[in-house]
Parts: sequence; C-alpha cells; structure tokens
Amino acid sequence: MDTTEPARDEAENDARNGEGSVPAIRLRELEARFGRRTIFQDLDLDVRRGEVMGVVGGSGTGKSVLLRTIVGLNRPTAGTVEIFGETPADLDQTARRRLDTRLGVLFQDGALFSSLTVAQNVQVPLRENLALSESLIEDITRLKLAMVGLPGDAAAKYPSELSGGMRKRAGLARALALDPELIFLDEPTAGLDPISAAEFDILIGDLQRSLSLTVLMVTHDLDSLYAICDRIAVLVDKRARVGTLEELLRDPHPWIHAYFHGPRGRAAEVAARDGGTLPTEAS
Amino acid sequence: MAEAEGWIRTAQENDRLIIAAGGRWVLATSAELDRRLRAVSPGSASSIVIDLAEVVALDTAGAWLVLRTQQALAAGGRRSVGLENIGARYLPLMHQVEESGGRRQHLLPPSYYRFGDFTARIGRITIGLVKRGGELLGFVGLIAIIAFRALRHPSRIRFTSLINHMEQTGVDALPIVGLLSFLIGVVMAFQGADQLRRFGAEIYTVNLLGVAILRELGVLLAAIIIAGRSGSAFTAQIGTMKVNEEVDALQVLGMDPVEVLVLPRLMALLLTMPLIAFYSNIMALAGGALMAWATLDIPFSVFLQQLQGAISGWTFWLGVLKAPFFAGIIALTGCYEGLRVARSAESVGRQTTRSVVESIFLIIVADALFSILFSRLGI
Repeated sequence: MDTTEPARDEAENDARNGEGSVPAIRLRELEARFGRRTIFQDLDLDVRRGEVMGVVGGSGTGKSVLLRTIVGLNRPTAGTVEIFGETPADLDQTARRRLDTRLGVLFQDGALFSSLTVAQNVQVPLRENLALSESLIEDITRLKLAMVGLPGDAAAKYPSELSGGMRKRAGLARALALDPELIFLDEPTAGLDPISAAEFDILIGDLQRSLSLTVLMVTHDLDSLYAICDRIAVLVDKRARVGTLEELLRDPHPWIHAYFHGPRGRAAEVAARDGGTLPTEAS
Repeated sequence: MAEAEGWIRTAQENDRLIIAAGGRWVLATSAELDRRLRAVSPGSASSIVIDLAEVVALDTAGAWLVLRTQQALAAGGRRSVGLENIGARYLPLMHQVEESGGRRQHLLPPSYYRFGDFTARIGRITIGLVKRGGELLGFVGLIAIIAFRALRHPSRIRFTSLINHMEQTGVDALPIVGLLSFLIGVVMAFQGADQLRRFGAEIYTVNLLGVAILRELGVLLAAIIIAGRSGSAFTAQIGTMKVNEEVDALQVLGMDPVEVLVLPRLMALLLTMPLIAFYSNIMALAGGALMAWATLDIPFSVFLQQLQGAISGWTFWLGVLKAPFFAGIIALTGCYEGLRVARSAESVGRQTTRSVVESIFLIIVADALFSILFSRLGI
C-alpha cells in the first residue's frame, strides 16, 4: 500500500484533536483575479479535519471561485492551497490523482453524466481508480445509493428522469463513491423545497459523523448553517472572516450583521433554537 | 503482513471459527479482502466470530465486506455469526452501512433481446423516419405561414437579428469557403489537364472547369460547407436556448419562437447563400485558372476567352438558382432539429450531428433532382 497516505484512524485522531495537527485545507494569501477584477485577495483559511465549514457571502464575492480554486479547477493568481498538508500544484500526476481520490465534489446541479444511469455514474470513479470485482462494485453502488437515501428504482434511471433533489443525492453518492475524507458541496440545498433541504442537511450531518468527513460547503441556506456547520467562513471585503455561528452573530461588520440579523437570519435562528429543522430521519 | 494492508486470519476452536480481521479495511484494499473473504469456508463450525480488534481503518467498503461476510456465513440463520471488538469510532459507520446495505435493486435499465427484435427495430426506425419526414413537411408549412404573415407586416421582421445572422453565415464564412473552393479548382484543373493531355486537348480543361464548377460544384461545395458551419450552429444555438428554457420564455412573453428564432436565420441564409455560391464559383475558377497557367501555360486572357466560349448564359444561373433551395434545406433542418432538442446537454450534441447529416443528405438528393429536372427540360 502507499505509505504516503496517512492512515484513516490518524485522520480521525486529528479530527478529534482539532487544532495542532495538519488541517484538511490550508489557504494562505490566496488571490483570484479575472482580468482587472479582483475576487479575493490575501485570503487565509484553515479547515480542520472532521469539521463542517460553511462558506457564505454575497453574490459575486467568489464563493464558487474559492471552491473551484481549492479543488484545482481554477488556478489562483497568487497564494497557496494546501490539502492534507500537500500542495496540489506541486504534485506530480500520480500523487495528484491519489490526492484527488481523497476529495469528493458535489456540484450545484449534481453534474451527473447525462449519458449514464445513476448507478453507472456512481461506478465511474470506482472503475476508473480501482480494480474491483463486478459484484463488489455493484454492492458498493447499492450501498452508496441507499446511504444517500435514493429510492431503489432510481438506480437504473438517467439523470434527466430525476427531480432536482434526487439529482443532488445521486451527485452526493458519486462524490462519496471513493470514500473521500474531504467533500466539497456547492450550494447543496439550493433549489430544493424546504422539507427536502432539511432532509439533505440531516443526511449530510449523518454521513459526516459516520464517515468522519471534513466538509466544505458553499451555501446561502441559513437553516443549513444553523443545522450542521461547525464553523462559518464569511467572504467579505475580499477576505474570509471565520468563526463559529455565535461569534459571527456578534460580529459588527455591516454585511455580516445584515446577513445573520436580517428577517431570514432571525427566522432561521428561531427555527434552530426550537429544534425545528426536521426531527425525522432522512428517507 | 504489512501494517498498511488489510488482512484476515482464521482459527478453529472446536466448533467455533474465529476470523480475525486487521489492518486497513478500506476501498483500496477491498478487492484483495473481497477475494480472501469469499474463500473462507465455515466448514463444520456452528458458531463464527469475526474479530475486528486489529482493524486500524474502516470505510464503507470495509464495513460492507464485514457485514456481507456476516450475512453470507450466517446462511439464513443456521449459524450464529458474531462481530467482536468493533472500535467505538466505527460504530456509527457500521450502523449506517447495515441500515443501507443488502437492498436489492436493479442498477441498469432492463434490456432483453428477444427473437425478432432486429426486425422490430427496423420497423421502428422506418416509422420514425416517415414521421419525421411528415413533421419536417409540417414545419415547412408552418414557416411558410409565418413568413407570409411577416411579409404582409414587414415591421415584424427582426432586422437586427437578420443582419447579425447574415454576417455570421455569410461574411464570416468567406475565408473558409474561398480557400476550399480555390483548392478544389486547383485539384480539378490538375486532374482534368492530366487526362485531357493524352488527347492533346488540354485547352478543354477550361471547358471542364467552367461547366463543372458553375453548374454543380461551386454551389454544392458552398452548401456543404455552410451546412457544416451554419446549419450546425443554428441547431446548437436554438438547442441551447431550448435547454435553458429560453424558448419557453419567449413563448410565455408572447413571442413566437419560430418568428423570432427561425425566420431571421432562414431569411439570412436565403439572402447570403446565392452570394456565397457566386463567390465560391469565382474562387474555384481562380484556382483553376492559376493551375491552367502553371501547368498548361494557358495565360489568363486565353483562359477567359475559352471560358466564354464554353459556357452559355444559362450555365451560371443553373448553378446559382439552386442556392436558395439549398439555403432553405440547411436553415429549416438546422432550426427544426434545434427545436427538437430535449432538456439535456447530450441532446444538443445529438441533434446537431443529426442536423448536419440530414441537411447534407437532403442537399445532395435535391441536387440530383435538379439534374433530372434540368435534363428533362433540356437545359
């Protein structure tokens, strides 16, 4: 086996210890610029292992750009990205691929391959990266689809035949196919009805606990922030301001104040205080 | 065994079988573990214990292997299979996997082959083709109605869009059409001269070029390039709008998608196609003239003189006359296929391919029909 990859339990110890160990993601002086427009600059951010970090910010503050930069789809104009202590930009191709298998990404609308069924979509990373027996591949596929709460008849369907919520679940199943340690979610609850959104939050929370995942989640959904995020990074003034929800609630910055104390922010706060997300299990 | 690997060891104590599992039970090691676990046979053991004390890493694949083995060895409850020493941190995972695992479901859409499927397929395709032909004809009728309406009220014609499409389909196509026509002219002159030289009739290369290019090749070449270039663009543009629900938005806003999207494209192509055909003719003749001068020593003035003798006034018009018909074929199939795009990106690609293949097919069929018509008319 590759010895460069830290053992899984080590990752979990790190998760419990939190600070002091190598963070899952470490951004230093990150800058993204398109032409003369600077999206963010000198952005520092640490995501600890095993935590759920929400990323919020107004439109155009670069939430999606940040996510794409971390997973390596955008090249930062300056600064460094470190994932599990490694700098993806410096790795050779095999090391880079090995690192990539430890990451999972859920794109906004699932980004399922439209010519493949849901089950085949989940199998793509399995077949690409591992030499497993056919029956094991099928077992794992079934398992993942069941874990994300897709009904049994969805596996043989094509993405175009699914509703938005089911596409997201299928996308999540594909993102989880290789049992990654770190997953990125781009607006996981956007476009879902409130009930499905709350179920999706619970699902992510459950999976995060049982698989001890680290989650970086771009979201606009205040309920999600209250429900599952350990810490929140707010993109304001081209930087990231990180804190727990309680800290951010006290933050005097006008945008942050407006965000958390606006009518929607208050409603979400009340809902969270009353334990009102959804007591039932994701089905 | 290396720490990094996953392993199992079996030990028999009387009628108790102990399977000790250790190491990394993760996806990366699961292929090997799967193979070894399948080889475990319970033998005469009446109770089995799977001991996970030495497992240092467990993920869903590993957890599934443990549970699957447990289920398989239990053989429907005839043996007791216990799990021992599961690390506390793996309990939520084991619980989750247990809850989700073991569900039977189809992973692929059912596909059966039955006797006669091949014939059925041919039948389905034929019916589909006939249906599409009918639909396309219906589309032509629809366009005709809307076009007449637009001609009665010229203010309904979208001139900005028309000019824009004329630029995209006409002006922007000039370099590629020019280059290809020129090269075809060169090739034809070269090949023609080679053959005719055997009869000492090199000068008739000019006649060959004149008639072939003006009557057939110039316009055909232009039409095929435009079908590949603009017909596909029409399908992709309209198809993408269909995927984004822009076409539906037009409809809801009280605009007729055919009038807004199809009509300007059709009119633009009807207007530019004859000009492109003319340009293609000129460029091909220029290529031929260059080659005639280079290999046959026919100077340009002689070339022109011979050309004038070779062609009648009709020759040119018979070629260019076909251009608007070809333009109609390209624009209509392009737009029709674009409007048939379903709501997926894959469908845009499929319809675009189909649009190009169909329009080139129809162009060549139409060209053949014109040839028959012209020969019947004796021109």
